[in-house]
Amino acid sequence: MISRRQRRKIVNDLMLTLTAVCCFTTVASLFVILGYLLYNGGKSLDWNFFTKLPLPAGELGGGMGNAILGSIQIVAFAAAIGLPVGLFAGIYLAEFEDKNFAFLVRYTADLLNGVPSIVVGIFAWTLIVVPMRGFSAFAGSVALSIMLIPIVARNTEQFLREVPTFLREGALALGASKWKTIATVVVPAASKGILTGMILGVARIAGESAPLLFTSLNNQFWTSSINQPTASLPVMIFLRAVSPYEDWHRQAWAAGLVLIVMVFLANIAARYILARGVSVPRG
Amino acid sequence: MATNVAVVPAVKRRIQVGDAVARIVTAAFAGVILLICLVLIFELWIHAAPARNKFGLSFLIGTNWDPVAGDFGALPFIYGTIVTSLIALFISVPLGLGAAIFLSELAPAGLSSGLTFLVELLAAIPSVIYGLMAIFTLEPLMRSYIAPFLRATLGFLPFFQGPSYGVGYLTAGMILSIMTFPFIISVSREALLAVPREQREAALALGATKWESTRQVVVPYARLGIMGSIFLALARALGETMAVTMVIGNTPTIAASLFAPGYSIAAVLANEFTEATGTLHPATLINLALVLFLITIVINGLARLLIIATTGKGTARA
Repeated sequence: MISRRQRRKIVNDLMLTLTAVCCFTTVASLFVILGYLLYNGGKSLDWNFFTKLPLPAGELGGGMGNAILGSIQIVAFAAAIGLPVGLFAGIYLAEFEDKNFAFLVRYTADLLNGVPSIVVGIFAWTLIVVPMRGFSAFAGSVALSIMLIPIVARNTEQFLREVPTFLREGALALGASKWKTIATVVVPAASKGILTGMILGVARIAGESAPLLFTSLNNQFWTSSINQPTASLPVMIFLRAVSPYEDWHRQAWAAGLVLIVMVFLANIAARYILARGVSVPRG
Repeated sequence: MATNVAVVPAVKRRIQVGDAVARIVTAAFAGVILLICLVLIFELWIHAAPARNKFGLSFLIGTNWDPVAGDFGALPFIYGTIVTSLIALFISVPLGLGAAIFLSELAPAGLSSGLTFLVELLAAIPSVIYGLMAIFTLEPLMRSYIAPFLRATLGFLPFFQGPSYGVGYLTAGMILSIMTFPFIISVSREALLAVPREQREAALALGATKWESTRQVVVPYARLGIMGSIFLALARALGETMAVTMVIGNTPTIAASLFAPGYSIAAVLANEFTEATGTLHPATLINLALVLFLITIVINGLARLLIIATTGKGTARA
């Protein structure tokens, strides 16, 4: 017979082991995904992938040079719109808080962050594509910037709040005005955290495809203007993966590998910046 | 050395004006966030008008989807969206909660932060890559192993009957479950870490085992935050587009079997929006987007309130 005490001990050990199993199962899925991408993507990746244009179905080879460039173009423009707006909104939320308005903005930012990306894509379509009568990289950038703004705003706010009050008081006591204190003391003190948030935000939007489906669409060729439909890496992966052609599947894996390497490098860089420098003592 | 400098009134005024300008400028940028949200609702509402006027609320319960005949019913998409999300939660809640308990209660600090970083990387993977995995690895696996196994063991239930083509509700739900892990794990972990130490110590002092203290004291204490994490994951799963589009099967029908191909709101938007012609078809799709938007807003709103209630430091971050 197992005594009550032994039973409790067994249940305890069993359940605690199970939680560990849960944890390692979930983390294992990351390595399974990475493994598949490295294996399937690695064997399909070659120099042509980065430099050549995509070929029509049936012809072997070709690359996604235009999609890589297009992604960079779309994301850079989205960052140019979204980062400043997010930064200043974050500064407002942390430093100038007018209770009700700030709460409303904060809550709205969180809700906006949770809006499905496909809905953001349709919104950008109604806002840009319809009045401008055409798909364009610009429309895609607007869609991505809408996703970027709440991320950057909330992150900036959070890191500004971690700047100790005595730094602000010190600056104010020296006679600096409030905005001078913010610009020369508070923001620089939180700069590493803010930068980390920006990198993570940009990495996040760089992988989005749903908002680009109806905005920047796709293109078989190199594009030079932001008013043209433009190819992007995530959209290309989607179109290649759902196609029936073996060679296109191969390219989808290669593109997936390139995308994930970019996203993970950004994540690791962000971590590194943050780990190297919480530049002020937390007080 | 401290000296008494009388602040010149002009300088004082300039400083005050500068601060006021800074406040207004930053407030304007903060207002952009509100504006985006309002314009988003307005634009969707306006563009959905033709569909709303034609079908009204019966749109939500119609089961026929025929763009050529101009007959649109949203129920198959709403059904598919809800079913796939529930499958995802059914898998990810127990696993994610278990993992969160391990990370907050058992793992040594170094291991815990390392594993948490890996979980966050899981959240950083673009959804199209989850779709890629689902199409080329999960789909064949489903067809040849998972579906036959479920049919053999649980086949008496209506959910696990009929043939599997690899794509369908279950495949979409499974890939969604992996995508929702990070939300459940990181938010639940924070909620569990916020439980005061005394709660654990009191339970242990009364003779509870570690597991008993966790299950009967720590988890109930953090329940609102855990609920919040589940709602957050649910909102995420409901709105997820690419991965679901790639494996749900894209068939606007309602089937009891989870092996059957179906459709979701986000998937039909992704597939049909660029090709929609005329006024009614695009308007109907935008109406669907509005439905999806409202569902996710309500669930997200609930999640945020629950998380605020537990962590108590303003709106928590995801």
